Amino acid sequence: MHNFIIQYFGTNVWTALVSSVIPLIWILTYALVAIWLELKISAHMQDRLGPMRTGKWHGWAQPLADVTKLLQKEDIIPAAADKALYLLAPFLVFVGGYAAYAAIPFSPAYIGADINVGIFYIIAVSAIVVLGILMAGWSSNNKWSLLGAMRTAAQLVSYEIPSSLAVLAVIMVAGSLSLNEICEAQSGWFWNWFVFGKFPFLFITFVIYFIASLAETNRAPFDIPEAESELVAGYHTEYSGMRFAIFYVAEYANMFTVAAIASILFFGGWSSPFGTFMSGPVWGAFWLISKGMVMIFIQMWLRWTLPRFRVDQLMYLSWKVLTPFALVNIFAVGLWIVLKG
Amino acid sequence: MSSVSNYFRNIGKGFWTVLIGMKITMRHLFTPAVTIQYPDARMGIPERGRNRLYVNMDDCIGCDQCEMACPVNCITIETAKSLPTEDLGLTSTGQKKRLWVTKFDIDFGKCCYCGLCVPPCPTECIYMTSVYEFSAYDRSELVYNFTTLTPEESAAKVKQAQEAEREAAAKKAAAAAAAAAQKAAQAAAAQAAPASPAAPAQTAQPPAQQPPPADKPADQNENKS
Amino acid sequence: MAELRTEEMVLNMGPQHPSTHGVLRVELVVDGEVVVDAIPHIGYLHRCFEKHAEAMNYQQVIPYCDRMDYLSSMGNDFSYALAVEKLLNIKVPERVEYIRVIMAELQRIASHLVAIGTYGLDIGAFTPFLYCFRDREIILDIFETTCGARLLYNYMWPGGLSHDIPPGFVEKVKAFVKQFRPTIKELNDLLSYNEIFVKRTANVGILPADVAINYGVSGPTLRGSGVKWDLRKDDPYSVYHKFEWDVVVGKGDVGTVGDCWDRYMVKVWEMEQSLRIIEQAVEAIPEGNVQAAIPKRIRPPVGEVYTRTETARGELGYYIISDGSANPSRVKARGPSFVNLSVLPEISRGYLIADMIAIIGSVDIVLGEVDR
Repeated sequence: MHNFIIQYFGTNVWTALVSSVIPLIWILTYALVAIWLELKISAHMQDRLGPMRTGKWHGWAQPLADVTKLLQKEDIIPAAADKALYLLAPFLVFVGGYAAYAAIPFSPAYIGADINVGIFYIIAVSAIVVLGILMAGWSSNNKWSLLGAMRTAAQLVSYEIPSSLAVLAVIMVAGSLSLNEICEAQSGWFWNWFVFGKFPFLFITFVIYFIASLAETNRAPFDIPEAESELVAGYHTEYSGMRFAIFYVAEYANMFTVAAIASILFFGGWSSPFGTFMSGPVWGAFWLISKGMVMIFIQMWLRWTLPRFRVDQLMYLSWKVLTPFALVNIFAVGLWIVLKG
Repeated sequence: MSSVSNYFRNIGKGFWTVLIGMKITMRHLFTPAVTIQYPDARMGIPERGRNRLYVNMDDCIGCDQCEMACPVNCITIETAKSLPTEDLGLTSTGQKKRLWVTKFDIDFGKCCYCGLCVPPCPTECIYMTSVYEFSAYDRSELVYNFTTLTPEESAAKVKQAQEAEREAAAKKAAAAAAAAAQKAAQAAAAQAAPASPAAPAQTAQPPAQQPPPADKPADQNENKS
Repeated sequence: MAELRTEEMVLNMGPQHPSTHGVLRVELVVDGEVVVDAIPHIGYLHRCFEKHAEAMNYQQVIPYCDRMDYLSSMGNDFSYALAVEKLLNIKVPERVEYIRVIMAELQRIASHLVAIGTYGLDIGAFTPFLYCFRDREIILDIFETTCGARLLYNYMWPGGLSHDIPPGFVEKVKAFVKQFRPTIKELNDLLSYNEIFVKRTANVGILPADVAINYGVSGPTLRGSGVKWDLRKDDPYSVYHKFEWDVVVGKGDVGTVGDCWDRYMVKVWEMEQSLRIIEQAVEAIPEGNVQAAIPKRIRPPVGEVYTRTETARGELGYYIISDGSANPSRVKARGPSFVNLSVLPEISRGYLIADMIAIIGSVDIVLGEVDR
């Protein structure tokens, strides 16, 4: 399909524009669905019903109603806030998540930018989020926001290490940084998936990556930055209305990014679990999105089950548990590859 | 070495308890919800439920027991005595009603729904219903007037009761004055008795002089009102 | 090089804060993330209970008593009723005693469920809160069928009870007990022994036993520090001595004795003990008239009395001075939360700000009782 876009528009700015709008549309529709799913799943896990009235059928229009409400809110900027930083912060956070979509292969026939260092680019560009969060916390002129922002920055930077180390193990096995090639390497039946390979090391790698990515997206049990009961709302305390909505959508966009990466690296990405049955360009998109949604369900499941970590325990987990395990893992996987080929 | 084994044991325990927790929430994902959808469905209020009060004015004898029992003074009752000629009827328990209840207000913004006003009522005319949805847009709308008399009727009853009271007071004053005058005359006669035996004839005069002065206070009052 | 200025920052927690359990303002003096001092400021919920009590007669004070510790209302009424009965020197029928004990224990379970649920919420576990409230609804339904109200009961009057138990009460209570025991186990699996929860609450906010006794702390906060002191056994009242049950104390299972986990776990174990008491009491309710001993007019002789009971939060005491008239001359309420809160600065020094939430939640205060 990407070839189709290039054919139609030619390799010029129009192609880039269309290729960048498609993920945006995806993010916005997916965020509405994911928010509704979160409300319903959390409700049923807590023995209650969740939204039931907006949109008649089980409140499917609740996120739409929320967005409409947020759009109508007054734009409040604290009087003593650092205005330039305050206005720029939400967009930086959004861009950090959004830019990663350029390199995610939704199907064998569609990828925004088929670069051969795909995963490296994604990890790098996701780090922009840290800048945005620090800006938000500092410019709000609020002690609690500042505390939240500092904690978040520490958390995000620390968890990038085990996350990247886990990805490194997969890259060693696949032999390439390009996400398309990694998906290709897992084609065939589901036992070809990397999560079952070099057992148990790549499974441990998956667990490490999943936990680290949970921390990257500030989801519980790592949601200290936005812990409602501790810091009111952390770095986005002072944001209201549409600016807050941008933070919120950015969080969901990030969730899907890491879910998609986990699916691609460990569960075959767009390749069908049944070999050539149900595979192809359109089926590829279906498989990637389904696997991503399963990962997202697990993320939500964890959020509603676990209490949250204290900030020093969070650091302990990253530096003293995940990083050593990831390093040992890389060593073991490397040894396996050298010895067994 | 124990710290190393502690380290691994902690990690193991961490994973294991997380998995147990996840099993519980997953199980609850498939149990039916325990909530109902208000206002489409409502939970029933039990028989003894303490919600908004209701006063059956047919049975109210104006005894003020509920007003005195209320800990937050949310009940205001004003009564007026009925004339002997008026028949207010009987309560359902067979008591004859003698007071017009001209004002019976309950301020549900103050009521604490404790139910202390219910047991003292001799005719059981005040009781708690199962109505709990009675929000109002203004606090003054929460003051419920239970009296069955219109404001004009209330005012009329109050006025007639005041008049009856005045007349009764006047009569009483007159009778008291007459008795006092008689006593004074007797005393004077007793004093005059040692002086002259004709004193008893004088005692007839004083009673005739007394009534006019007693009327004055009433006249003055009427002029004021 | 200029000297680095490291000042202590003063942070204000509350009075509007999602987890200070009411309108409490805690002034935190922090050095980085470490708490140097925590000074509670109270009074935001002061409603002049003691002044009101002087203007009411003894019967009318009871709705005001309800509203002090609004999560444990039966306990408040119980203590006051016992105090007035002591003044009047009346003995209530045994049926009244048994029903009072059942109600007090059910109330203890309901109150602990709120404490446990909101504590989990503070630590970040959203789901146990709803499970606890689901079970509490059953207890509140039982209360509603008995006296008509869900939260502020006005049920225990001096001399008896406002209503007798309705038909079906015993069956409902037995059904609740049967259904609740497995729920406690589920709660333990989900929250109490969860490693993250344990790590957040163990070795945090350690209250040594001697400090607790010196400050006058009572209730689960005291028993969490290992002190075996429960008024139901050590200064018995009503018919508690007729039942077989244990006083539970914290033993430092996963941390140190007297940490937040111990105080939390004492509440869970106390719920189990309350179930034992309820089971035994509900089998043995004697017949009688619950309103036989209620005096028509309460006009105690001149004198004073102090009575105390063990509510869900600790020792609730009423000191009543009577001058012979229908209104008490002075009613002083000794609220357990007020005294327990005073220990907050002592147990928060040296911990992190995130631990403050855990510590305040574990002391389990209700501002209605702190401020009265």
